[in-house]
Amino acid sequence: MLSVVGKYLIFLGKLFTRRETFKVYWNRFLDECLAIGISSIFIVAIVAIFIGAVTCVQTRANLVSPVIPVYIVSNIVRDMTLLELSSTFMCVVLAGKVGSNIAGELGTMKISEQIDALEVMGINSASYLVLPKLLASIFTFPLLAIISGFLGIFGGYMAGTLTGIITPEDYIYGIRYSFIPFNVFIAIIKAFVFGFLISTISAFKGYYTRGGALEVGQASTSAVTNSCIAVLIADYLLAELLT
Amino acid sequence: MIEIKNISKSFNDRKVLDNVSSVFEKGKTSLVIGASGTGKSVLLKCMLDLVRPEKGTTLYDGRDFYIGEDEDKKNIRREMGVLFQGGALFDSQTVHKNVQFPLDMLTEMPEKEKKDRVEFCLHRVGLEGTGNRMPAEISGGMKKRVGIARAIVMNPRYLFCDEPNSGLDPLTSIKIDELIKEITEEYNTTTVIITHDMNSVLSIGDYIMFLYKGKKIWEGNSQTILDASVPELEEFVFSNKALKQMRDDKRH
Repeated sequence: MLSVVGKYLIFLGKLFTRRETFKVYWNRFLDECLAIGISSIFIVAIVAIFIGAVTCVQTRANLVSPVIPVYIVSNIVRDMTLLELSSTFMCVVLAGKVGSNIAGELGTMKISEQIDALEVMGINSASYLVLPKLLASIFTFPLLAIISGFLGIFGGYMAGTLTGIITPEDYIYGIRYSFIPFNVFIAIIKAFVFGFLISTISAFKGYYTRGGALEVGQASTSAVTNSCIAVLIADYLLAELLT
Repeated sequence: MIEIKNISKSFNDRKVLDNVSSVFEKGKTSLVIGASGTGKSVLLKCMLDLVRPEKGTTLYDGRDFYIGEDEDKKNIRREMGVLFQGGALFDSQTVHKNVQFPLDMLTEMPEKEKKDRVEFCLHRVGLEGTGNRMPAEISGGMKKRVGIARAIVMNPRYLFCDEPNSGLDPLTSIKIDELIKEITEEYNTTTVIITHDMNSVLSIGDYIMFLYKGKKIWEGNSQTILDASVPELEEFVFSNKALKQMRDDKRH
């Protein structure tokens, strides 16, 4: 276990040594932003809207006391979405989509000697391939978290108002009531940290793949599993630190 | 000229290369042959410093590849062209982009010159007009040719080919062999080919080194290999019964 952590840290160090020119990274960064960020908007939107809707319906169903005002429903939807769903839940979903993609891509490049081809040209393959993915992840994950947060609250609004369990006025009042702007910042910080963990752990798993197609599949699975565990541990630590 | 000196490499307790030394001359096609699992590809990886041997060294025109500054190593790497077994083309890039890749990464050449150079190399390997196709859209033989085009795009002094004929039909194999031979003579490169294809051995082997269980046990050329009296080499060369019959007929 310790040797794996050590190897992971050395791998991280390798990303920042023998770097290529800024232009090379910039072009690859833009490509990776498209592959990691833009292509994830659809799944993030779907997940966020439905999770927000479910949270609204479930909260209303369980708030049976007449002394609790109904606007508390949207208040809970807002805080749950901002503090947990828009960052942690979204990143667990992204660990599956982005993590497996990164591990699969790098694993395939490894077993088909494309990484060797880069090394032979004198290019630091880890830095060239992984650094743009890392930068794109820590740049786009917070943006996705903002989209996810907005759509989660919007999903709750749609479910609540269309089914008649809460009026639009109550919902809006609830999401504005005792709002702490720092919670948005927490969601962004979490997404930033999770983006770092998912991209580097998945890249590490893919980059050191040995064998053939079977091992590439195993590397992808392992990348997703390890990324999810890392996200959940980091989520707990950040919750302790930031709240 | 490439000189390998006393290269030894083990994986765990298994010795894969045992004190292998040789000299590969400029302008000649040098072949490293042997059965599967005898250490040919590991030797190539040691020469490219993709795997570092425990003992020994590789000299490129007298320059030790394993010691010295990163910049010195980078300079030697810029003089290398490598054709990998499966071509190792980048799946996300077109054929043209694949060939242009070393120029983009390692030179400051203007875009027009790069384009001309890529077109020239694709023409040289007989693939003009295929630049816009993706690697997934071309055949195995074409992938090898694109690999060769990428390997020669930087005008290399040293050309390495890892089993250039694997997975190809006999006719395409011969064409690839001829292409490598022509390029070696045209550019005066030091060419090292890892193979177990007897057609290549007999047709383009200016120098041949036979590896057996990680040791060099014979060296010669395509003229002398059929008369070699090393049992392990005979077993390898004459594993083809037709070839063995031809030799026996010739001897009688």
